[in-house]
Amino acid sequence: MIPPDFEYVAPGTIDEAVSALAAAGEDAKVIAGGQSLMPLLRLRLAAPTTLVDLGRIDELRGVREDGDTLVVGAMTTYYDVLRNPLVGKHALLIAEATRTVADPQIRHRGTLGGGLAHADPAGDLCAPVLALDAAMTVAGPSGRRTIGSADFFVDYFTTALQPDEILVEVRIPKHTDWAARYEKFSRIAQDWSIVAVAATVEVDGGVIRQARVALTNMATVPVRARGVEEALIGQQASEELIRAAAEHAVEGTHPIADGNADAEYRSHLAKVLTRRAVATAAGV
Amino acid sequence: MTATTEPEVGKARLRKEDEHLITGRTRWTDNIVLPGMQYLAILRSPLAHARITGIDAGEARSMPGVVAVFTGADLAAEQGSLPCAWPITDDIKTPPAPSLAVDTVNFAGEAVAVVVARSAYEAHDALEAIVVDYDELPVVLDLETAAAGGDLVHPDLGINVSAVWTFDSAEAGTGGDVEEAIRDAEVLIERTFRQQRLIPAFMEPRSVVVDPTGAQITMWSATQIPHILKLMLAMTLEIPETRLRVIAPDVGGGFGGKLQVTPEEVIALLVARRLGKPVKYTESRGESMLAAHHGRDQIQKLTLAARRDGTVTGFKVELLADMGAYLRLVTPGIPILGAFMFNGIYKFGAYRFSCTNVFTNKVPTDAYRGAGRPEATFAVERIMDELAVELSRDPLELRAQNWIKHEEFPFDTVAGLTYDSGNYEAATAKARELFGYDELRREQAERRERGDAVQLGIGVSTFTEMCGLAPSRTLGALSYGAGGWEHAVIRVLPTGKVEVVTGSSAHGQGHETAWSQIVTDQLGIPFEDVEVLHGDTQTSARGLDTYGSRSLAVGGIAVVKAAEKVIAKAKPIAAHLMECAEDDVEYTAGRFRVRGTEKAVGISDVAMAVFAAHDLPDGIEPSLDSEATYDPDNFSFPHGTHLCAAEVDTETGQVKLRSYVCVDDVGHVVNPLIVDGQVHGGLAQGIAQALYEEAEFDESGTLLSGSFAQYLVPSAVDLPSFTTGRTETPATGNPLGVKGVGEAGTIASTPAVVNAVLDGVRHLGVRDIEMPCSPMRVWQAIHTAQGGAR
Repeated sequence: MIPPDFEYVAPGTIDEAVSALAAAGEDAKVIAGGQSLMPLLRLRLAAPTTLVDLGRIDELRGVREDGDTLVVGAMTTYYDVLRNPLVGKHALLIAEATRTVADPQIRHRGTLGGGLAHADPAGDLCAPVLALDAAMTVAGPSGRRTIGSADFFVDYFTTALQPDEILVEVRIPKHTDWAARYEKFSRIAQDWSIVAVAATVEVDGGVIRQARVALTNMATVPVRARGVEEALIGQQASEELIRAAAEHAVEGTHPIADGNADAEYRSHLAKVLTRRAVATAAGV
Repeated sequence: MTATTEPEVGKARLRKEDEHLITGRTRWTDNIVLPGMQYLAILRSPLAHARITGIDAGEARSMPGVVAVFTGADLAAEQGSLPCAWPITDDIKTPPAPSLAVDTVNFAGEAVAVVVARSAYEAHDALEAIVVDYDELPVVLDLETAAAGGDLVHPDLGINVSAVWTFDSAEAGTGGDVEEAIRDAEVLIERTFRQQRLIPAFMEPRSVVVDPTGAQITMWSATQIPHILKLMLAMTLEIPETRLRVIAPDVGGGFGGKLQVTPEEVIALLVARRLGKPVKYTESRGESMLAAHHGRDQIQKLTLAARRDGTVTGFKVELLADMGAYLRLVTPGIPILGAFMFNGIYKFGAYRFSCTNVFTNKVPTDAYRGAGRPEATFAVERIMDELAVELSRDPLELRAQNWIKHEEFPFDTVAGLTYDSGNYEAATAKARELFGYDELRREQAERRERGDAVQLGIGVSTFTEMCGLAPSRTLGALSYGAGGWEHAVIRVLPTGKVEVVTGSSAHGQGHETAWSQIVTDQLGIPFEDVEVLHGDTQTSARGLDTYGSRSLAVGGIAVVKAAEKVIAKAKPIAAHLMECAEDDVEYTAGRFRVRGTEKAVGISDVAMAVFAAHDLPDGIEPSLDSEATYDPDNFSFPHGTHLCAAEVDTETGQVKLRSYVCVDDVGHVVNPLIVDGQVHGGLAQGIAQALYEEAEFDESGTLLSGSFAQYLVPSAVDLPSFTTGRTETPATGNPLGVKGVGEAGTIASTPAVVNAVLDGVRHLGVRDIEMPCSPMRVWQAIHTAQGGAR
């Protein structure tokens, strides 16, 4: 279909974007890579009065280090995230998940910040960001604030971003040289995750020193699998340990039912995929 | 002059049409812009069954850019009923099929009103301002319930059953009595299989442009069937054929989905005529999935009778086929195309087929790649595996025991067809070798032994299909509304270049290249000198278009016949040019030669002499142009053996195809690249039915699979690298020995994959899995078989 009429602005700086968004009123919408919003516009499921395009704001792109933190600009494309050696070094889990997003065309257009702000429960970067305890820096008319990932994802397609705020950067605590695995389960390569599990571990001499695990599409928001982590931390990595730990994967989840999976099957998948993700990450 | 040294036919030439098709710098219908053109947008019913009690288009009419809004009432007097050209029985029930709904809507997505505006954007904006009042009616969705009675889709018909069509080998004299075979059977296999609904998902959505200015109405449409469309529009709308011209410009795929006379084409024509201005309608992908016809949708109840030694003695097939809400162009005949194929490549003693065609409140079904034959092949190839399991026999060996032996051709089948040729032994032996059958069986046994999480399944499917549609008499006997001939014209231009006009219009198949290769050999001219014209009823006055793997086996032969006439016309002129008697001239390898000498001329020498016409023999017409209409005597019967290795993850239910080998026998091959392309695409579509695709509706009749986010079309990354092999057993019914390949891959791959999935998990107690074999279905089947709670 064809979208309804809308105004379009493409500011060159974050400040201009914040002003443009404020000026456009509450029915305005920010567009990043457009990979989720464009289909909604074409189907007339979204009908914003104004689109504020962040595509020309250079300061929103790129990856840099800030002490113990890796900072990824919100408008950094998936392709650029994947290509960046700092991400592979300090947040391998992000790279592993990014690799599974859709197809090359989409990875060249879509952005990390866009995906997080869209907050699709089946979106692939939300769970890794949650697992890594990342924080989001957002800019609004009253300045900047930081929102922890545990508070950022509020509900189905809903974040803590206010309508007049823009996601500026994702601040990821460095998990330098941690092993990671994003175990994604979908029916075809370009499909959304039915369930996916993000796992990253620090293994030393066969012992799991640290573990962070989060689940994609097991609730309206990404879910941190604390029970799994607790069962793993400090233990000698083994198949039996991981199998037992993975049984905790469904704690705190609220799986939906759709044509691809009912709640029972989703819960089953969560356990199997958690086991596989952790085992692969831990090299077991 | 390559043709005199090395034949063109058989060469793996890159397709000459690909540069413009792949880059898109070409004539798609939606690229056409005419002066003063208006744009249409169609309002579609959100309800599957309802009475329309009022339509308020007042606000829409006053919106910016809006020229007009028409409802069904506005067009009722002239829109007629969309044609059904295949009334399979004398007492078939055919409800009126308005293009724009008048008082009731019978499926969600049916056209209710059309907005005409100066831009497509304004037309779409106005759609939202139209208010339609509906009184909801009971929605009929389930095929078995609908067949049994209850709520009616069309209360005026008094029944949901449109027609019942039967074939019985005892009555037809082609075999024994199936009931007797069942009664005497030592082994009886009874199964019910479901063919899910599929969406053709052609790459280019449908689009139509109509120009009513001038004496003639011209329609450009993304259609497979410009000739049939022109005739049907003329008959439906009572427009003289002489006043209609239909052009199928470059068309981006069809798979049967554009073998249709659509409501949108009729609406566009009527609106253009009424306004006296050109109009364009291009559907969105969502509209295409919602409102363009779907495919398949059958329930197959099967009974196979056999002896303990594995000999099949009878096969009884009882089908329920979902027509959807209306009978479109060939809707009722699609399951009937399968009626002659349920015996596959086998010698069954007795056969009975019955099909009950049923209305539901869903978008109509109609042709989809394979049309009837994939359903039949699935049924027989699945149940042959079931018999093999029952008798603890190797599935290939059991098939070999029952198939028609090479030396038995031509063979009259129990379904009443005569298979002219085939070599199932050769194709199967080659497939087995390419696949590494014995080695994979060993690996399978080891994995079972170890209880691996990922099990290996090996799937087998053989197939044959009737294609090259079709002998006109046979179609007549089946109550089909047209013949099955095809037409070709060859125009020899003064410079010796040649235009070939074919009535079989391509929508991606590669006719331009294949026809050029044929004509190159026939006329002894360079490949580059042949131009193929098609798809315009003004250029190509006669034709029956492209479907049913008919183009090469019928249209290609018409080209050969026309070329033979060109040669016959050229021969006396060539003799005259070489100053010898016509009897002394022989035509070999593209040259006219004086027998026993080095003296020779080519068609281009003759062409210039004909153009000048200064010195032709007495009584000779100064033209080499020739035409031919070819009506085949029989169908052609490609066949093949497909083998699939599937890894089934028993923990998740995920199926991954590890290898896929097919050996197809499509007779002589004109261009191996085109054949491979057809096979690859066909395999992808057939595998998609087995594993991925399904048009699903909710309980209110709303299509749930309305976008590619829900309707899962696999891409190359989801599929294994295919190994395609060939054997060449020429068709005996045509001079090229060709059979057709457009549907082969689709037909054989679905059962091969499902057989592989089941072979991978049968030892866990699984008996059947419905298509598509999604991970959840596979996991649930295993989980249930293992005693898990469900």
